[in-house]
Amino acid sequence: MLIPFFFLLRDGGIKTSITELLMLLEAMKSGLAEESVEEFYYLSRVCLVKDEAHFDRFDRIFAVYFKGVEDSLADLMQDVPEEWLRLQAELMLSEEERAQIEALGGFEALMKALQERFDEQDERHEGGSRWIGTAGTSPFGAYGYNPEGVRIGQPESRNRRAVKIWERREFRNLDDSIELGTRNIKVALRRLRKFAREGAADQLDLADTIDKTARNAGLLDIRMVPERHNAIKVLLFLDIGGSMDDHVRVCEELFSAARSEFKHLEYFYFHNFVYESVWKDNRRRHAERIPTLDITHRYGSDYKLIFVGDATMSPYEIVYAGGSIEHWNDEPGAVWIKRLLKTYAKAIWLNPEPRQRWDYTPSVKIARDIMSDRMYPLTIAGLDDGIKALR
Amino acid sequence: MADKKFSGTSTYVSTDDLTLAVNAAVTLQRPILIKGEPGTGKTQLAIEIAKSLGKPLYEWHIKSTTKAQQGLYEYDAVARLRDSQLGDARVNDISNYIVPGNIWEAFDSVEQPVLLIDEIDKADIEFPNDLLLELDRMEFFVYETKQLIKAVHRPIIIITSNNEKELPDAFLRRCFFHYIQFPDRNTMQKIVDVHFPGLKKTLLAEALNAFYKIREVPGLKKKPSTSELLDWIKLLLAEDISPEFLRAEASRKAIPPLYGALLKNEQDVHLFEQLVFLDRRNSRTSS
Repeated sequence: MLIPFFFLLRDGGIKTSITELLMLLEAMKSGLAEESVEEFYYLSRVCLVKDEAHFDRFDRIFAVYFKGVEDSLADLMQDVPEEWLRLQAELMLSEEERAQIEALGGFEALMKALQERFDEQDERHEGGSRWIGTAGTSPFGAYGYNPEGVRIGQPESRNRRAVKIWERREFRNLDDSIELGTRNIKVALRRLRKFAREGAADQLDLADTIDKTARNAGLLDIRMVPERHNAIKVLLFLDIGGSMDDHVRVCEELFSAARSEFKHLEYFYFHNFVYESVWKDNRRRHAERIPTLDITHRYGSDYKLIFVGDATMSPYEIVYAGGSIEHWNDEPGAVWIKRLLKTYAKAIWLNPEPRQRWDYTPSVKIARDIMSDRMYPLTIAGLDDGIKALR
Repeated sequence: MADKKFSGTSTYVSTDDLTLAVNAAVTLQRPILIKGEPGTGKTQLAIEIAKSLGKPLYEWHIKSTTKAQQGLYEYDAVARLRDSQLGDARVNDISNYIVPGNIWEAFDSVEQPVLLIDEIDKADIEFPNDLLLELDRMEFFVYETKQLIKAVHRPIIIITSNNEKELPDAFLRRCFFHYIQFPDRNTMQKIVDVHFPGLKKTLLAEALNAFYKIREVPGLKKKPSTSELLDWIKLLLAEDISPEFLRAEASRKAIPPLYGALLKNEQDVHLFEQLVFLDRRNSRTSS
């Protein structure tokens, strides 16, 4: 019975595996969810969903698949003994609410109206403001919002309560439908690692110790080395605003992956193209600018340069003085970027636009020429190629 | 083996779903991965499970430099070299210099232990992959002594993560997963009751009001969580602040007293002060 559910989950974008399904079946076999649907819901979630961002999706699929269970329960609601109802209503209602019922003509009148509606209605109903059913504002039914409402068919059965848990959809905020890809990006960036031993010597160098000890006529001569660190240094220039708004997500992923992967990472923002100054804080981009020349003076030529931008603009913005759309630039952007490239030999440009579209935009071609063809699409494969070029 | 069931303790409030997740992991003897906001009691959970089931607890706290191998064993070459220098007879047996890690110790435990692997996301990105076989089959091989270490009893493994790094799929497939949701008001009330049994109802209500109001402030870098609330209440009690005072402060739209326990970040305090100021100004102009 669970196999269609399993495929429904997979179709719904929850990549659950056979191992996990078997795990769930095993758990059920050992009697972990025998008592209620609620327990089964929790158990299947624990086994099948491994990311809280998918909880809401799971809730929805669960609701769809197990709708049948709910409906069959709803049918049971028709036969409610009046005695019990009266008791229930009296127990549920507060002093205030009882006063309101009096205002409606008293409990007897309410019950009479209820009986009439029972007779009129012959099928299950949800929502609305008149019929008996769930989630409506009619005075009769369950989960309603009418203060003087009578709860029908909402006994303390755990099954009924369970149906509600996934209908509550508490995890809606977590599912932003963003498939985070930072792990893939990090794995690609790892290729750029260049390990070097720097800093305090705190690790035993076994081979060297044995070698030196042997040379020392067997007298122990311990050799220590510093721990290996990723010594790669990266300058990241990110295009921000305008046409880049479409690519914000992928750039954020790249940025967060790069931030955690490289110890020596400096990042700067620019708009459309690099001119005489860039900035680090977007909120204060007009107040706090960093001259591009300072960057070349401050960071050594062992830094690697990564531009991220769609390079989509008017060609004037690259090749002419005064071409910038934001300010008057005394020298064209092409001159500035060439200065950067002169200092930093290892440089690439990552373009979030698909490669097929590059040829239709003249500015992309100009940027590519300036970068001597070291432009790569911002995909995992493109990143791989780019990292190779950086090494 | 899993004769006892976990259902929270006198100092730990466990929700239905958490209880079931833990019991599933205990029964099937598979690791369980616990995620959730910082301060929602992920680490505490392992301690409480060990306490309530009466099992020994082994803790392995992960740092950014931790290697998977360190959890299994380490070969102390320096000690062996030193002993060889001194002509110690121990030097002939390499197993004298194998130092077992937390996982090994847990595998060797005579009764079924609880093993906590805390903050697995702090380690290198490949770290979880290096532990796949060990967590799956609960065994590993010591190369120096050519010895296979197998768990006497499969430990109950609790792994916590703060979501700083994504974990690999292959690793996730082998675990149960539970996300500790931030407690709602009722659960929170229970939690506070457990920690401060004699607390005045009015003070608690006011404190919770102020607390959830702060949590609703948009754009906070670190929302205050359960552990911060408990600290704050402890401070309120120590300073003997009355519920009336709390309420009066709230109606004056002032910053709650001792807010340092709730907001741990300069920018957050600043943001909060700004919002309070704006709020006060708005209510003044409208009234």
